[in-house]
Amino acid sequence: MQASDRFNINSQLEHLQAKYVGTGHADLNRFEWAVNIQRDSYASYVGHYPMLAYFAIAENESIGRERYNFMQKMLLPCGPPPEREDD
Amino acid sequence: MASMDPEIAKTQEERKKMEQQLASLTSVTFDTDLYGGNNPFEGYEQSIPVNDEEENFDAMDSEVARKLASYTAPKSILKDMPRGVDEDESMGFKKPSRIIDREDEYRRRRLNRVISPERHDAFASGDKTPDVSVRTYADVMREEALKREKEDTLRLIAKKKKEEEERKASEGGEEKEREPAANAASQQTQKRRNRWDQSQDENNAKKVKTSQSDWDMPDSTPGIGRWDATPTPGRVGDATPSLSRRNRWDETPTPGRLADSDATPAGGGVTPGATPAGMTWDATPKLAGLATPTPKRQRSRWDETPATMGSATPMAGATPAAAYTPGVTPVGGVELATPTPGAINLRGAITPEQYNLLRWEKDIEERNRPLTDEELDAMFPQEGYKILEPPPSYVPIRTPARKLLATPTPLGTPLYSIPEENRGQQFDVPKELPGGLPFMKPEDYQYFGALLNEEEEEELTAEEQKERKIMKLLLKVKNGTPPQRKTALRQLTDKAREFGAGPLFNRILPLLMQPTLEDQERHLLVKVIDRVLYKLDELVRPYVHKILVVIEPLLIDEDYYARVEGREIISNLSKAAGLATMIAAMRPDIDNIDEYVRNTTARAFSVVASALGIPALLPFLKAVCQSKKSWQARHTGIKIVQQIAILIGCAVLPHLRSLVEIIEHGLNDENQKVRTITALSLAALAEAAAPYGIESFDSVLKPLWKGIRSHRGKVLAAFLKAIGFIIPLMDAIYASYYTKEVMIILIREFQSPDEEMKKIVLKVVKQCVSTEGVEAEYIRTDILPEFFRNFWVRRMALDRRNYRQLVETTVEIANKVGVADIVGRIVEDLKDESEPYRRMVMETIEKVVANLGASDIDARLEELLIDGILYAFQEQTSDDANVMLNGFGAVVNALGQRVKPYLPQICGTIKWRLNNKSAKVRQQAADLISRIAVVMKQCQEEQLMGHLGVVLYEYLGEEYPEVLGSILGALKAIVNVIGMTKMTPPIKDLLPRLTPILKNRHEKVQENCIDLVGRIADRGAEFVPAREWMRICFELLEMLKAHKKGIRRATVNTFGYIAKAIGPQDVLATLLNNLKVQERQNRVCTTVAIAIVAETCSPFTVLPALMNEYRVPELNVQNGVLKSLSFLFEYIGEMGKDYIYAVTPLLEDALMDRDLVHRQTAASAVKHMALGVAGLGCEDALVHLLNYVWPNIFETSPHVINAVMEAIEGMRVALGAAVVLNYCLQGLFHPARKVREVYWKIYNSLYIGAQDALVAAYPVLEDEEHNVFSRPELTMFI
Repeated sequence: MQASDRFNINSQLEHLQAKYVGTGHADLNRFEWAVNIQRDSYASYVGHYPMLAYFAIAENESIGRERYNFMQKMLLPCGPPPEREDD
Repeated sequence: MASMDPEIAKTQEERKKMEQQLASLTSVTFDTDLYGGNNPFEGYEQSIPVNDEEENFDAMDSEVARKLASYTAPKSILKDMPRGVDEDESMGFKKPSRIIDREDEYRRRRLNRVISPERHDAFASGDKTPDVSVRTYADVMREEALKREKEDTLRLIAKKKKEEEERKASEGGEEKEREPAANAASQQTQKRRNRWDQSQDENNAKKVKTSQSDWDMPDSTPGIGRWDATPTPGRVGDATPSLSRRNRWDETPTPGRLADSDATPAGGGVTPGATPAGMTWDATPKLAGLATPTPKRQRSRWDETPATMGSATPMAGATPAAAYTPGVTPVGGVELATPTPGAINLRGAITPEQYNLLRWEKDIEERNRPLTDEELDAMFPQEGYKILEPPPSYVPIRTPARKLLATPTPLGTPLYSIPEENRGQQFDVPKELPGGLPFMKPEDYQYFGALLNEEEEEELTAEEQKERKIMKLLLKVKNGTPPQRKTALRQLTDKAREFGAGPLFNRILPLLMQPTLEDQERHLLVKVIDRVLYKLDELVRPYVHKILVVIEPLLIDEDYYARVEGREIISNLSKAAGLATMIAAMRPDIDNIDEYVRNTTARAFSVVASALGIPALLPFLKAVCQSKKSWQARHTGIKIVQQIAILIGCAVLPHLRSLVEIIEHGLNDENQKVRTITALSLAALAEAAAPYGIESFDSVLKPLWKGIRSHRGKVLAAFLKAIGFIIPLMDAIYASYYTKEVMIILIREFQSPDEEMKKIVLKVVKQCVSTEGVEAEYIRTDILPEFFRNFWVRRMALDRRNYRQLVETTVEIANKVGVADIVGRIVEDLKDESEPYRRMVMETIEKVVANLGASDIDARLEELLIDGILYAFQEQTSDDANVMLNGFGAVVNALGQRVKPYLPQICGTIKWRLNNKSAKVRQQAADLISRIAVVMKQCQEEQLMGHLGVVLYEYLGEEYPEVLGSILGALKAIVNVIGMTKMTPPIKDLLPRLTPILKNRHEKVQENCIDLVGRIADRGAEFVPAREWMRICFELLEMLKAHKKGIRRATVNTFGYIAKAIGPQDVLATLLNNLKVQERQNRVCTTVAIAIVAETCSPFTVLPALMNEYRVPELNVQNGVLKSLSFLFEYIGEMGKDYIYAVTPLLEDALMDRDLVHRQTAASAVKHMALGVAGLGCEDALVHLLNYVWPNIFETSPHVINAVMEAIEGMRVALGAAVVLNYCLQGLFHPARKVREVYWKIYNSLYIGAQDALVAAYPVLEDEEHNVFSRPELTMFI
């Protein structure tokens, strides 16, 4: 980063972005990104009632159960994180 | 102040007496020019007024208000007007202003403070017992206690003296007469401060006898701590070591304590430190010290004395200290042989060079010292000339160097010593500075002189090199060019920890105490501190007090930004050092004997509280407020609470109860100052908490109520103020009850002659009246008669603050009791003979009528009112604030159609005044027309208006621009209400007359003229031939240069109207030609005008010519075209869908151009285009353009990258997040970090903009052995 960039709007923008949970950065690995994707997906399903209803019919479950399941899956949605080889 | 409290009066009396006595004890001739007369505080307030709220006396405000006298715009807009536009400032020629020049005596007391040496950091050393050489909290507290005790004793002595005198006086006789005469005589030639080198005449004997020998200093010069190892240059007072340095009560010097006793060769004379023991400093001369006439030279003369005496024979008799000193105590010396590094730093020895320099300077000074009056009398003949008074504007030269040197040094008449030769030094010529350092001002030599020495850097020790480095950087920050400054500031910040807190602050802080400091320099240095603080973090702890000493004065600076800066620093400091350290550093100052110190400390504490949270500070505050030892501590503690309330406003609410509890006992304090400040603090708390928190004040209601019955004067005023702020918090019933209770006292105090009391009473009445529970009837019967009798008198109009307060209160009362009551009472006074009074009446009527309308006013009152305002308007001689004008306008507008019968008379007045000799009168008459035009229309007086129009038209030759502007404004108002067709003179005559006026460069004329022209172009363009409009177009191009945005905006809009009226071709040709000009602002405005023309005349009339213009191979023109396109698509919005395909090839070309600005502007055009056509089926063109935008994502120039990112955002909206995500995916996991960073940035803004929409578009990730990445839900179907 150049010296001039340090105080301009772009740096503020990045700072602002970093405050959101799902945003990424250059060092994000595949697993972390996938976890974000999964969580966003589940959040989206739960947030759109028609989607939830659709899944409920497809899986022959109640809507409430579906919602519960999705929320549960948000914990470790992709399984345990891989071992970090570098440290 | 008329009713000064007897206690205060007494104290002042005592002080005066003390000073007198002191003066009689010393007889040294000194330069009264430099040191001021006997009492430098004469004519100044010696205490802070009770009414502690800051007078928002904004000089700027009134000035601007005056300048904008005839502009009609909401206050907020007028205030927003950039003040920088004022002549010089905008040109960058603002004269550097020295802070000290605008400071009053009180604020200048900051220079009396000492930058105390660092203190012990209890956190850093853990459980270890602090080294004896360091200064601990206990030491500081002990010193403060001693100072206080001394103060008390002094007071006692003075009291005794006074009693004795009184007794003598009662014995009567000639004795009495003789003494003051003698005192007065000696006073003339004497200085307040005690001199240790005073001539040893008969006074000495007297001195011993009076046993005031070593500590009789008036409290206006607070005793200087013995630790002033780094005193500041401005502090003349310190240069003369006060004899009180070391107190004789100090414990006997044990070997352990000697380490610090040496630092303070005591003036008291009984301690061994003052002896040649100090010579050991010379024994270990430091190399740097040798070479550098650095601030070290500025150290107290005390430190220098031993050096002198070491080289010369001890001058017996010359220095009482030496005479009294019993002898050498070698122990101290032995201890000193190995001083700690810190000690070296602070107590570096005076070098032979410095000594020579000093001696030389002193010698010169001795010969060139100003002649005293006596000497002059002796020289000149007795008659044949006249002694003139110096003009009041004369200010004696206050260069610090002179001042410092004028102080008689302890050296006596210099003995000759062979100077050592140093060919490297040239003192007379400012040398070219090595290494590209900025220019050094003469004042800077004492700080940065070392940089002039061309000694080899390698010879210096690492420590000294570091100091050099810091000095260089600081000099660059202080005097350098902006780029130099910037890099220096960054280096200082980056290397802060490497440099270390000590060396940094020892360099920076003395600079801040420099008496010649300018605003800009201070700002920069404060910025350095701020940055450095951030880096040093906990390392600053030992320096907290030092920093506070220089930063606290900022908190009471008159400049708002300085205050904010000060707050910020202290807040950062407290976050870095932690609460405990802050308290430890500031606790001793809380009961300092100097009011100035206590005041600033209280403010600083409030900043600490807001930074670290009030709860953290509460226990401490509680303890302080209940201090039994001194009333000063209680006073300061309570004042801290007040400052907290003022500083953080409604955020006190959660802690309101505890804060009130902490201070409530102060209402019954034995000291009346404490009672006063307590009431004021309660007022501040209630004001901050309003409208909540009444329950927290329950406990103080009773004492307050008791208080207002038992107190008088200042205290009563403070109590009333507190009640005034508490009542509005109450429920209606209570408020009504309490109002009635307090009203009795208030009505009694209506008659008080005290100005302060008057203001407070008015304020409280306003507050009481505005509360819900107080009925109109009660006010009418109980308050009004007394109120009007006591306050509505001419005298009240003379003081600005009284005036304002009275108007406010009366308006508030009117809100309760209605218009008729109030206006009826004062309407007669519109014909009063005093103009300020008439003005006050008018302003009140204006506000009341504007608030409540005129429906209450009956026919009789209406007649009186019109009569009155006409009289007042005509009789005014000066009306800077436009009170009469506004009042007239407000009343006429409120009365509406009822004014009709009076209109002929009013217009007659106006016409007559339009012909007046005085420009001001003409201007007001014209302004009045614009105020009442709407009402005239309501009254169907169109003929009258037409007549006025013709009259105004005739005055268009007016030569005063202010008046001309007002006349144009009046014409505009008439045109607006009667329309283009009925206007007389007819538009076709009027407009050609306006064209030449467009050339006028006066802002007010320009603004009104362009408004009028624009109005005509908008509504009545057909009345004027096209040729005339073209002529106007050319004139308008010049207007685009105007400074004021409003003018430029009006101009640009006018282009649109004209284009609409005469077709876009000619206007466009003019504008496109204007793209070739050099001036950026002009081009930007032209592009806006083109876009507006395109918008008003449909884009297809403009686009061909505009795009054709892009073929001109000229950077400015092409960029102008692109910018016009950008504005155009911004303005036309979804209409853009018809034009997007037409301009795409042009944008393609621009987005591939080598020039950055081309791409930037094209990108912003693409953004507006995309946002305009979102959802209108232009995706194909947009994707095509996105392909051209995308490669620019790696640009680094901030403007370009911004434009590109925004274009991509626009694409997200128009094309959907999925498309942009697909563009992103290629780079999110790119092997090159630089690429990844950019792509993730785009991804993040995409994600924040359309998180949900991305869910469907994420790529399918392959599962791994432990991890499942698939999202099976998305594949489900029924």
